Amino acid sequence: MTSKPSSEAPGTPAGVHARLRDVIKTFPAPGRERGVHALGPLDLDLKKGEFFAVVGPSGCGKSTLLELVAGLATVSEGTIAFEDRPVHGGVPDGIGVVFQEDASIPWLTVTGNIAFGLHKTGLGDKERNRRVADALDIMGLGDFADSYPAQLSGGMRQRVCIARTLVMQPRLILLDEPFGALDQQTRLLMGEELLKLWRETSATIFLITHALDEAAMLADRIGVMSARPGRLLSIIETDWPRDRDSRVVEEPAFGALTAQLWHKLRGESLKSIGRAQGP
Amino acid sequence: MNRSPMSRPLLLRILLILAFTAALEALCRLGVIDRFTMPPPSRILEDLARLLVTGKLYGAIAKTLSNCAIAFALAVVAGVAAGVVIHKSRLLRQALDPLFATYYAIPVFAFYPLFIIIFGLGDIPQIVIAFMMSVIAMIVNVLNGLDRVPAVLLKTARMARMSPLETALRMTLPSAAPYLLTGAKLALAYAFIGIIGSEFIMSRGGMGFEIAFAYTNFDNAVMYPLIVLILAISVAVNALLGIWEKRILARRGLR
Amino acid sequence: MSGLSAWRGPILLVVGLFVAWELLYLLAGDVALRSPAQTVRFTIELLGRETFWPNLAETAKAFAVALAISIVLGLAIGFALGFHRLSGEVFEPILVAFYSIPKLTLYPIVLLAFGLGMPAKIAFGVIHGFVPIALFTIGAVGNVKPVLIKTGRVLGFGAFDMVTRVLFPAALPEIFTGLRIGFALTLIGTLLGEMFASQRGLGYMLMNAIGLHNVDIIMSVTFMITVFAATVSAILLAVDRRLHRSG
Repeated sequence: MTSKPSSEAPGTPAGVHARLRDVIKTFPAPGRERGVHALGPLDLDLKKGEFFAVVGPSGCGKSTLLELVAGLATVSEGTIAFEDRPVHGGVPDGIGVVFQEDASIPWLTVTGNIAFGLHKTGLGDKERNRRVADALDIMGLGDFADSYPAQLSGGMRQRVCIARTLVMQPRLILLDEPFGALDQQTRLLMGEELLKLWRETSATIFLITHALDEAAMLADRIGVMSARPGRLLSIIETDWPRDRDSRVVEEPAFGALTAQLWHKLRGESLKSIGRAQGP
Repeated sequence: MNRSPMSRPLLLRILLILAFTAALEALCRLGVIDRFTMPPPSRILEDLARLLVTGKLYGAIAKTLSNCAIAFALAVVAGVAAGVVIHKSRLLRQALDPLFATYYAIPVFAFYPLFIIIFGLGDIPQIVIAFMMSVIAMIVNVLNGLDRVPAVLLKTARMARMSPLETALRMTLPSAAPYLLTGAKLALAYAFIGIIGSEFIMSRGGMGFEIAFAYTNFDNAVMYPLIVLILAISVAVNALLGIWEKRILARRGLR
Repeated sequence: MSGLSAWRGPILLVVGLFVAWELLYLLAGDVALRSPAQTVRFTIELLGRETFWPNLAETAKAFAVALAISIVLGLAIGFALGFHRLSGEVFEPILVAFYSIPKLTLYPIVLLAFGLGMPAKIAFGVIHGFVPIALFTIGAVGNVKPVLIKTGRVLGFGAFDMVTRVLFPAALPEIFTGLRIGFALTLIGTLLGEMFASQRGLGYMLMNAIGLHNVDIIMSVTFMITVFAATVSAILLAVDRRLHRSG
């Protein structure tokens, strides 16, 4: 547990993949002049190739944060840069997103789903078929290539969505509670698969989850968010080796980590359901 | 400023209708729409007021509305009864489902002459036509409502040791109530359409007949006010039932 | 339900209807009805008559034109109101109200505006048919899962790709339901129009037969129209179900 992840040294500008500065998001609300202050002010540096998880109480703005980084929403104040270019108004090339809801396309087969974005890449047929075949293989969907999403379980459908994201070869992958709808054991296994993918693609991963154990198991660094308006209270480094799998849950350090997370979060969670923090 | 967000579309809609009416008024007065095709809206409203005051057509109005009410009441009662029975019988359900899925396609008015021959020229053929259109809409929605009673509610009733009658009255009926209301709304609309349509095609009384009569006699002073009256009744009743329906569904988070 | 057992319902229904028909005939007698057998025989004979086909062609033409207009108008209005939220909220209740009024009441206005003949029939068919198409299209566009649209944006789809690859396929099942209902209602509207505005066509034949108390023709024409409407609706329904399963 002492070896550091083999990404570039932290702190150097070249190692920063995405940078958020003074980000604030407010939503217009009928009848209120200044709107609802949902998120921020928030600063964050995402390091290239790292696995970064965000945990926080419900309603703290985690999903909003993800949409801002993805370019699906625009900041009210502050700046977001991805690979040194500002993120504003559109989804930058090189970013992939896996959503919380089932985004599988019901009228296409699994193969059709995975290939859905490839026509925009200008690749030849051969390369496209190769990428799809690889994705089917990596995500264990080979036997279901011609099935429709309706015939698959929730976990399989989520894998289809992940495969669809992978095939575009994104450099930054954003996942918004991707395993939220799955049972605990499936989640642990999917977590392992996600780690494998992370290692194979060397992408930067930004994962939002409400499950503390998931964050503790998967991430290099964990950002803890406050209740609304969401701000980053602290960032915890996990010091896990890069080649970890779900068996880290057996390590004592894992228990300490989740305890630490809950210690920081308990008060915020109480706040978010409207109860005052106890002693 | 605390304005409810719903009022804006409603406001725009009212403005739109007023603007449309004003445009019609202008077109009529300017002669773009000639007087024999349609009088100006202001004139139509005048004529309507006069009709209502002189009571000339109260008989026709009463006839139409009462026949409509009869057809509607029969359709609701028969519809609920039939719906309950069909819901229980798999065979009946299988046989009738194709009918329920395609009933709107059947030109029911084509059967009208048949009914006149069978039942004579009185009110019965109209009521039968209106009933036919109306009862199917009711049955379809009763079935839909019964289908949608969540199984978990029925299990709860069993755990509370409720008798079949109690389950029906305290669980099934309230649970299906919104859909029954939707069915009643549609049934009323179809009953009205059925009666008016039949009166129009062939009848000796009622608002539909009066419109046809006025048309053949070039009597715009009677025809247009009647049309407006029918449209107003239809829109008003449907709107009121629609609001009630929406409120009940919203309360349950169903829409 | 697959294979033969899927047919059990419709077969039962058709058999049941024929039995009920025969019973009704036995009760009401020749003055009012014809039996199923007699009707079928007369229909065959009618199809052989030279005078029949021009009438059928007239109705077919009116219906085809009315249907085409209904579809184009309905889809255009549906997409426009579906995409532009405020317009949708303003106009949809108006369409819903229009859907439930007895449209025969508008008939004299249509006649006064279009005169007798083909345009009036087509207009009447259109007023019946375009409304469900528009309403269902509005609903279809509104019901596209937001996450599918977000997926399109993440994949960098432009407007054209969004509409052709996401919105249209996603909305198609519900749009098709509207088309299915619009088909049937356009037919009814066109026939109703024919009953009053025309000296030709099946609707006219029906009205004429009523006046002459020609029970054979009344039964035959009603039978033919019903069979056509029910058959096409059933086929469209099967397509609709398939679309909803895979969509």
